[in-house]
Amino acid sequence: MFKSVRSRIITIVLVLGVAGWQLYSNGLKLGLDLQGGMHVVLEVADPENTLTAEAKSDMIDRVDRVIRTRIDEFGVEEPLIQKVGDDRLIVELAGIDDEERAKSLIQESAFLEFKLVQPSGEVEQALPRIDRALVADLGADSLRALGRDVEGGGTTSGEDLEGLLFGGDSAESGDSATAETSDAGAEQAADSPAADSQAEEDESDLRPFSSLLNFGDIEGTFLVAVEDVPTATLLLDTDAVQRALPRDVALHWGAEVVGRGARNFRRLYVLTEDPFLTGEFLEDALAQRDPQFNQSVVQFELSRAGGRLFSRFSGQHVGDNLAIVLDEEVMSAPVIRDRIGARGQIEMGAGTPLEEARDLALVLRAGALPAQLNIIEERTVGPSLGQDSIDQGEMAGIVGLIIVLIIMIGYYRMAGVLAVGALAVYVVLVLGGLAGLNATLTVPGIAGLILSIGMAVDANVLIFERIREELDAGRATRSSVDEGFAHALSAIVDANLTTLITALILFQFGTGPVRGFAVTLSIGIVASFFSALFVTRSFFLIYLQGKKASDPISI
Amino acid sequence: MRFFKNAQFKFIELRRKAYVVSALALLVGVGAMVTNVITQGSWQNYGVDFTGGSLVEVRFETDVTAGDIRQALGGAQAPPITRFGQDRDYVIRAPLQEGVSIEQVAEELEVQLSAAFGAGTFTVVRTELVGATVGEELQQKAGLAILFSFLLTLIYIAIRFELRFGMAAIIATFHDMLVTLGFLALFRVEIALPTVAAILTILGYSLNDTIVVFDRIRENLNRKGARKRDPVELINASINETLPRTILTSTTTLAVLMALLVLGGAIIRDFTIVLILGVLIGTYSSIFVASPALLEIQKRMGDRKSKKDASTRESAAPAVPV
Repeated sequence: MFKSVRSRIITIVLVLGVAGWQLYSNGLKLGLDLQGGMHVVLEVADPENTLTAEAKSDMIDRVDRVIRTRIDEFGVEEPLIQKVGDDRLIVELAGIDDEERAKSLIQESAFLEFKLVQPSGEVEQALPRIDRALVADLGADSLRALGRDVEGGGTTSGEDLEGLLFGGDSAESGDSATAETSDAGAEQAADSPAADSQAEEDESDLRPFSSLLNFGDIEGTFLVAVEDVPTATLLLDTDAVQRALPRDVALHWGAEVVGRGARNFRRLYVLTEDPFLTGEFLEDALAQRDPQFNQSVVQFELSRAGGRLFSRFSGQHVGDNLAIVLDEEVMSAPVIRDRIGARGQIEMGAGTPLEEARDLALVLRAGALPAQLNIIEERTVGPSLGQDSIDQGEMAGIVGLIIVLIIMIGYYRMAGVLAVGALAVYVVLVLGGLAGLNATLTVPGIAGLILSIGMAVDANVLIFERIREELDAGRATRSSVDEGFAHALSAIVDANLTTLITALILFQFGTGPVRGFAVTLSIGIVASFFSALFVTRSFFLIYLQGKKASDPISI
Repeated sequence: MRFFKNAQFKFIELRRKAYVVSALALLVGVGAMVTNVITQGSWQNYGVDFTGGSLVEVRFETDVTAGDIRQALGGAQAPPITRFGQDRDYVIRAPLQEGVSIEQVAEELEVQLSAAFGAGTFTVVRTELVGATVGEELQQKAGLAILFSFLLTLIYIAIRFELRFGMAAIIATFHDMLVTLGFLALFRVEIALPTVAAILTILGYSLNDTIVVFDRIRENLNRKGARKRDPVELINASINETLPRTILTSTTTLAVLMALLVLGGAIIRDFTIVLILGVLIGTYSSIFVASPALLEIQKRMGDRKSKKDASTRESAAPAVPV
């Protein structure tokens, strides 16, 4: 395959092109020590003040582990994660370009549950009771005002609604629409340009909740118009509704928006209250593109124990719908057609970018956060090293490289020049590989990189020493080169493979920076392999072209 | 240019002296670790990355750089300093000795900063207790990972070479790790994350060196007439044949590291020192630990086998299994 020099050159150019493209398109991210980044302080949300200090501290420890995995799965991101006091966590990320995405990655709880879809009849029977409870609790007038506002304005925020319902201190509507000031509420209703007929109004007074629901398109669901979703959510959260709902049943929103005619709806699923399985049993998750429906999916695999539970449960419920619930929202609810083993997938809906699926797969792999988190402080941080240190590091690196050049060319002459060329290829490959993995460069990392160049030299040295030995033994030039490469091969292969094994083990069993070290080491080994055995060889072939078999070479 | 061409050094004959050197180094190192456990409560001087400590936020009235503050707090020994937000705020993450409160740490920092920048040029905004930035998991798992990698390396070498080669390589690598850790304990070098990376690099480097020498021994063993050669002479010849490569590679690596040491500044000094030490130990061990270990293992393990060989072939020279 690589018989001709030309095909060798094409291969080298192609590989260089890929690495160069990675470098160009991704760039090399500099670490917190070199360019600073973003600093976020997280706190366990505890609105009702029910958590003990000890519980919070314990939660933060678990949050620490989960977030560490989420933002630094391969250990190459070099973040700083630190517990502050007993209940807060500092997360510092180097040079973030998409701040929102980083924050959602940190905050998303990623709680995965599997629940069974229940017949909607159970809730239908309870609807009159729910409506009565709501009217009794909140008063007909405030509900009427609410109905107007939602239908007329359409843009009412959740906060405004809350003001309407519970007389909070929301500025515009808070005073005029509380249950006590019924006159003001009625006035507002009359003023509203989009007021509906009186009959409908009355009806919605009597059925504040059920009037929002339409028959579902799938068994076990209701459809709720998208514009009614905030109202319905708010009503659902009230104690009145929670008390009136049948026991063992929970209502969850579907994530997907479904169009019926001109209107858009979201499904409200009737599900079992307790999940039969949670994300704890998840072993692996992988983002993928489903070309058939042009959507992104996340395929997951359960642990052996989880798979057994899943299989037994699905076997008992063939024909039922299984809801995959992520952070309280139903991602999909496929029919169980057969006993399901340890694999499944979460559909993200048409048109979702693959990146979103990747993030979801990542947070699922890392596990759910044990608690809701609030960001209580957010700042940018400067580089932890002064410019002086950065300059010194740069200088040292350049001098180090020059030393390598001088030694190689001084000792091996023309062959040394060829080796330096191969090392240049090596450097581009390693940097391209790091860029492709989004690795973050820190000062120690750069020092390690320079050292790896020193070690990549080793393979070339092994080969050249062999060629010299063959020449000493009186072989002709060309066959000395061939023999030199052939004899050096076993040493290079064994030395590199052993190191690669070490790297793989460190990756498998290590966490954080140990993993990162393993990743960079592996890239270095593969690159040095290619550079010494293929690139140097090719350069030699070019050098030997036009020379007679017995012409002397400069080595 | 060519160094050590046709060198004929009698390395293996020096092995007993090397054993003494290694034993002394190990003894001092392990002694230092034990002393550390007794006097300091920890076998190594773990840095603030591992132990956690205090976080002190200081707001300056005038423009200062992180470099200025680092200078004021002891240069290379200074704790990590980060500019915080857009203002003249800095965060200093200082270690916390046992029995010292974070208020005392803040006071100490205040005294040092006052001496450098003048009192009243800054205010301490807050002081807080912070945890380790390195997860506990890392510390627990790193050791396990190294053990597993030893095991797999042993298996790989046993397949590609022979079992005794694998055992000798692991002995040498273990020796290097222990001597390095001993050195770190003796001089109480602060263990930060880069130090861990340096130790792992050393393991890789040492193994690489050892395998190159072993590869030559394997090759010479496969030559015609190898059975008749004295194993000591064969191993010596192998080391000498690879000597030009060993010296050149080590020199190049050391030269780069020297450049980093001299010009690289305070931040990477500890890291570089550990690496330089590691390269020296790794080169030493592939010649004076791994190769003699191979011989000793063969003597003990292969005795039965070579006796049998000797009796069947009536050869005076101890046989080397191929």
